[in-house]
Amino acid sequence: MSHHAPQGFVRKYIFSTDHKVIAKQYLFTGLAMAAIGGFFAYVIRSQLAWPGHAAVGYGVVSANGYNTLVTMHGTIMVFWVAMPVLLGAFGNFLIPLLIGTDDMAFPRLNLMSFWIFFLSSLVLIGSLFVPGGGSAVGWTVYPPLSAQASYSGGMWGVNLWILAVALEFVSFLMGGINFITTVINRRAPGMTMFRLPLFVWEEIVAAIVFLLSVGPLVAGAVMLLLDRLAGTGFYLPSRGGDPVLFQHLFWFFGHPEVYVLLLPALGILAEVITANSRKALFGYKMIVWATIAAGLLSFVVWAHHQFIAGIDPRLATAFSLTTILISVPFAITIFAFVATLFGGSIRFTTAMLFAIAMIAEFLLGGVTGIINGSAAADIYVHDTYFVVAHFHYALFPVVFLAPFAGLYHWWPKMFGRMLDTRLGIAHWLGTLIFFNMTFLPQFNLGMMGHHRRIADPTAFDFLRPGQHLQVLSTIGAIGMLLAQLPFVVNVVWSLVRGRSAESNPWKATTLEWTVSSPPPAENFAEVPQVHRGPYDYSPPGVGDDYIPQNSAPDGDRPGSAARSDPSDLEPVPAE
Amino acid sequence: MLSNLPRDISTHGAQIDAVMRLIFWICGAWFVVAEAVLVYLLVRYRRRKGVRAAWLPATDRKTLAWVLVPAVLVLAFDLLIEHASAAAWARTRLNIPAGDVVVRITGRQYFWAYRYAGHDRRLGTADDFDGDTTLRVPRGRIIRFQLEAADVIHALWMPSLRLKLDAIPGRSIPGWFEATREGTYPLVCAELCGAAHGYMRSSLTVMSPEAFDEWSRSRAPRHEDRP
Repeated sequence: MSHHAPQGFVRKYIFSTDHKVIAKQYLFTGLAMAAIGGFFAYVIRSQLAWPGHAAVGYGVVSANGYNTLVTMHGTIMVFWVAMPVLLGAFGNFLIPLLIGTDDMAFPRLNLMSFWIFFLSSLVLIGSLFVPGGGSAVGWTVYPPLSAQASYSGGMWGVNLWILAVALEFVSFLMGGINFITTVINRRAPGMTMFRLPLFVWEEIVAAIVFLLSVGPLVAGAVMLLLDRLAGTGFYLPSRGGDPVLFQHLFWFFGHPEVYVLLLPALGILAEVITANSRKALFGYKMIVWATIAAGLLSFVVWAHHQFIAGIDPRLATAFSLTTILISVPFAITIFAFVATLFGGSIRFTTAMLFAIAMIAEFLLGGVTGIINGSAAADIYVHDTYFVVAHFHYALFPVVFLAPFAGLYHWWPKMFGRMLDTRLGIAHWLGTLIFFNMTFLPQFNLGMMGHHRRIADPTAFDFLRPGQHLQVLSTIGAIGMLLAQLPFVVNVVWSLVRGRSAESNPWKATTLEWTVSSPPPAENFAEVPQVHRGPYDYSPPGVGDDYIPQNSAPDGDRPGSAARSDPSDLEPVPAE
Repeated sequence: MLSNLPRDISTHGAQIDAVMRLIFWICGAWFVVAEAVLVYLLVRYRRRKGVRAAWLPATDRKTLAWVLVPAVLVLAFDLLIEHASAAAWARTRLNIPAGDVVVRITGRQYFWAYRYAGHDRRLGTADDFDGDTTLRVPRGRIIRFQLEAADVIHALWMPSLRLKLDAIPGRSIPGWFEATREGTYPLVCAELCGAAHGYMRSSLTVMSPEAFDEWSRSRAPRHEDRP
């Protein structure tokens, strides 16, 4: 813990090794990519509501252009928004602070992770401008469509897409190793594994799941590139290959990836909900074990994406069963968050409003997932708008609502300035109303049989009666984008004129709130000594309604949630 | 939501619809109860002056039961759903009956092609014949199909028949259905298959058995009459 605060603009703000600076770099890159992904969503929606009419700000959407937009929207939102924001920004900023250390275990590796990620973003955006246009084969890049340029048009659009994704994976592999090493090796004295804030658990389980699942997909992507460039035939039946092989490799990664995103989002919720309901987390250890169980189960559910995709139908029931089972650990986690509210003293900060919204909306994503998870029902809903609505109800809360909760919560810590609450509530309300307006109609479209990834629904007689729902959905999407304006204004205003933040504006227990806002270059003036678990809110017999993790026990102060000896947890009569 | 389903014209579809309806009501009830509990707690335990939050870290089994019992109930309902789902899946995809009519359906950028097996119900023999641009089948007969793809992956999607199945290059995937109502119904490609995927469509024409027989006689090759 002896490196000095770097001098000079470039070392301090661009090629910095400070985890807090790197976190902000991930954050702003992720938000910029979200603006691009959101713009593509708007163009897609405009085309679907008014096919053939020029989308304002883009122009007329061609059939292949539509496929490119759909491909890029999905790719950007999953790999270039969700990953950098949930892992890159929140993971980097919070992990060293929450565990009480000065930086990541490998600060220079951290710097390299970000810059490789940044390079991957440039490659991805560059891929849109090569001859033949960007990749139009879907974010799942199924071969043979993706394996031969003759099937899908452009050559370099897909090649660069694969390169960009590979670079992105390299970046997050290094980042994940850094997270895991940091948590194992750099915890402050007294910070046992079961005193870690839940956010840290969720981040490291996510990092481990990513680490173990990404290998097969990298191999799969290399084989795909060879098929395209070197004339091999891993996925081409005419050369002895099998296209379904790629689907297995893709989803062996692709489904765990969903949980790689979900877990950090749940971690954010745990911190925001406990601090704002002034309650200890309900069943901390139970949630940790449920998270680990979900991480393990996530490796045996992948083929539910392939029920109707040519796998042996006898396999379907097994994967249907594991898929439906994985609802249990997440049910435990969500129920525990709801139970945490019981008996609380709930403070509706903007962060808390977003956290509640995340649970309320995610529930719908969760229950509709059961329909997809049933192999029989999947016959009908697969590749329809029902699935589109389902995964937006699952992913939008994860990728946007939870990070917004986290941003409103930790913004004062990150930037040393408060955000405006009225603008925050306007942002929350607008986002929620228009989000539901966008995606609720899509469940109905799916039930009509409306299939995905078609540029012009009016070309099909049986879809025309649902066109008004497409229009409604598009109005919702435009509203949802406009609803982000209060957020932009809030952020800019806060950075320029915002009220200074004190070190612990929410009266929270975890270590990041024990240092100034923003924290100094090496976080802690001296290594903190941790004496208790992370959620000592409203313990009996104490004047304040929270005890920071580094607060030494004096006398017979009642136990913390994470003490190992159950006898410590006997209720102590209040004075 | 379920009222938006198109009219089912298959013999197996009712079972799939029943699974969807079962899940809809079970999950719908859970969803409503969960949201109601959430809203109740938020209102009931909103911050009030002088009221301190309870200390409830829930480390003993008795308290954890408040979460674990509902989770076990989730598991029980999961298994109930899976039980119904597995039966419907077995009927639709596992136990494929011999067909009265056998047809090979091939997806190709960007159209569907149909080749009928003729009287011997075997593909690849001399009495095979090509269909036209719509998939013609007789009402009330079991249609057995082999689904294939010539170039990239396509997906055969007939909402009215509750039937969707990927066509994979290099594989010939068997399936079946029996249509119960005459008429013309949508048949589209549901898997992104290239630039004109959004325009890849055909139709399903369910005919009376007599009309179908007449049509197939008109399509059949002349040399089928040889001994």
